[in-house]
Amino acid sequence: MASSVSNPSSRLARWREDHASQLSDLRRGLFRFARNRLSLLGLWIVVAMLAVAVTGSTWVPFPGDTLGDVHMDNRLQPPNATHWFGTDDAGRDVFTRVIVATRTSFQVGLIILGVAISIGVTLGAVAGYVGGTPNQIIMRLTDVMLTFPGIFLPMALAAALGRGMVPAMLALSVTWWPGYCRLVEAQMLKVREEDFVAGARAIGASRWRVIFRHILPNTLTAIVVKASMDFGFAVLALASLGFIGIGIQPPEPDWGSMIALGRRFMPGAWWISTFPGLFMFVMVLGFNLLGDGLRDLLDPNATVK
Amino acid sequence: MLRYLLNRLLWIPVVLILLSLVTFVISRLVPGDPVKLAAGPQARPEQIEKMIEEFGLDRPLPEQYLRYMGGLLQGDWGYSIGNRRAVLPDLLTYFAATLELTVVATVFGLLVGIPLAVVAARWRDRWPDHLSRFVSIGAVSVPVFWIAIVLQLVFGQLLQWLPVSGRFDPRQSYPQSITGILLLDTLLAGNLSGFWTASRYLLLPALCQSLLVIALITRQLRGDLLDMLRKDFVMVARANGIQERILWSRYLMKNAMIATVSMLGFLIGFALGGSVLIEFVFDWPGIGQYATKAALLLDFQVIMGSTLFIGVVVVVVNLFTDLAYRLVDPRIRFS
Repeated sequence: MASSVSNPSSRLARWREDHASQLSDLRRGLFRFARNRLSLLGLWIVVAMLAVAVTGSTWVPFPGDTLGDVHMDNRLQPPNATHWFGTDDAGRDVFTRVIVATRTSFQVGLIILGVAISIGVTLGAVAGYVGGTPNQIIMRLTDVMLTFPGIFLPMALAAALGRGMVPAMLALSVTWWPGYCRLVEAQMLKVREEDFVAGARAIGASRWRVIFRHILPNTLTAIVVKASMDFGFAVLALASLGFIGIGIQPPEPDWGSMIALGRRFMPGAWWISTFPGLFMFVMVLGFNLLGDGLRDLLDPNATVK
Repeated sequence: MLRYLLNRLLWIPVVLILLSLVTFVISRLVPGDPVKLAAGPQARPEQIEKMIEEFGLDRPLPEQYLRYMGGLLQGDWGYSIGNRRAVLPDLLTYFAATLELTVVATVFGLLVGIPLAVVAARWRDRWPDHLSRFVSIGAVSVPVFWIAIVLQLVFGQLLQWLPVSGRFDPRQSYPQSITGILLLDTLLAGNLSGFWTASRYLLLPALCQSLLVIALITRQLRGDLLDMLRKDFVMVARANGIQERILWSRYLMKNAMIATVSMLGFLIGFALGGSVLIEFVFDWPGIGQYATKAALLLDFQVIMGSTLFIGVVVVVVNLFTDLAYRLVDPRIRFS
């Protein structure tokens, strides 16, 4: 017995045996996911964008152009062999700035969703499990936050906090949690009636242990799906603030502020706005295709034909 | 039904107070800067002092809030720290422009979204379904301010077919305001050339704003139609030899559209949210542009007013949507 546990290959075999049903679910899921070309396309876009975000700053042709370099003799060049996406009004390479902005977008998107999910999941778990007055208070606040459509609220908040990346990030984080709160609350209400929860409680598990060890893991897939679709929207929202002029400020590269800058040089220098927008579109599309594919997988109504 | 209505109505004051608290906290986060910004760089300290006193910013926050709420109850939404105009009349004027844009965008969205959903459900997992999926996901993925600029570039500057900014031709006399909605005002006045001009100005912004609506309607209706197709009554109808065309138009659409129609109210709320960036790009004198300019100038009275106003509009729209849903569908009314 002791020797078989220490043997890694048999340990793996035992693990596979114990998790046989989950593994077969996973395989079936992967098969269904791979059958859908649009979902696969989304996955490839996301992987490629992630690679660009991680490595981009090491291979861009003009790294100085994201740090405040100015080349006035080279301004408003149309796309050519040296400057693939042309140059802007300060002679900065648009390609370099678009690529480096990918990293910023990923970082900020992750932070926004990380904060929003932490707040939303905690509040939703408390509201759903405890019920009663705490539920009423939390859910009414959630309703109110969800009442403000689009970027009205983050815009007002970011403006009040001052311009730049940190205020924009903060404003988006603290206005993004209600969706997760509502999602987790609904899931909690459903899951807490299950037998295994009653079982855990019967053997004396504490309230927090039941929430965090038994109920929340069951809501994880729903959260992951929502987050994969939300990531693109968080990137869009950040760029929207940059576009209005209250988000990330130049020379720090940001797709939104680059598009806003290019507007001033339309229609002559169309490339300044067009390329950042196109790049952002592809990235957000990738996340949404991926998220949509994941949602289909977890939809119990969708069956393999 | 009556009990439900009373319950909903009783909640409204609570929701409105929470709305006002959230907006108030946000608009007062930085009480010092807006005054300095509005007074200008040359302002003397005593001038700034006077303005702070004028707007009551030297008082404790709870007192400021109660004063503001007292004003609201009397229809006084305060005045802008920037241009010194009263907030409420401006809000109403701008809101008419936003409403016009939003309603037209929602109609566009329905006209494109419904057929897309029907072909997707009819030919599930074939190319029309993939196309519809790509269009609806693409429509929410595209940065709306960017597509707005691209459309301006193509239709305004390259082809010169359509105007790209503002709401009406400055060389023509502006239609007299009756409802504030230009399409209606020009029609009511029998001013067909004015109607044509206003439509041309409206087309591009409304197209941009309809993208979100198209996406949401397509996804929702496709899902509902697929759910319906699994129902027993469809099998019975087909077994009885009903024509597919009649099955779709009389049975499936009628049932599946309930959820879409009930979603209309929420869609209008969504579209309102999208108006911020579109109005900014097209220089459309609506509430989104009003709010954006206020945010840039830290005009806290206007930020507070416009955010609260939008919140109130959405609360009211949602209430009516819920009620309409209940009236239309007896299964919900009696459960």
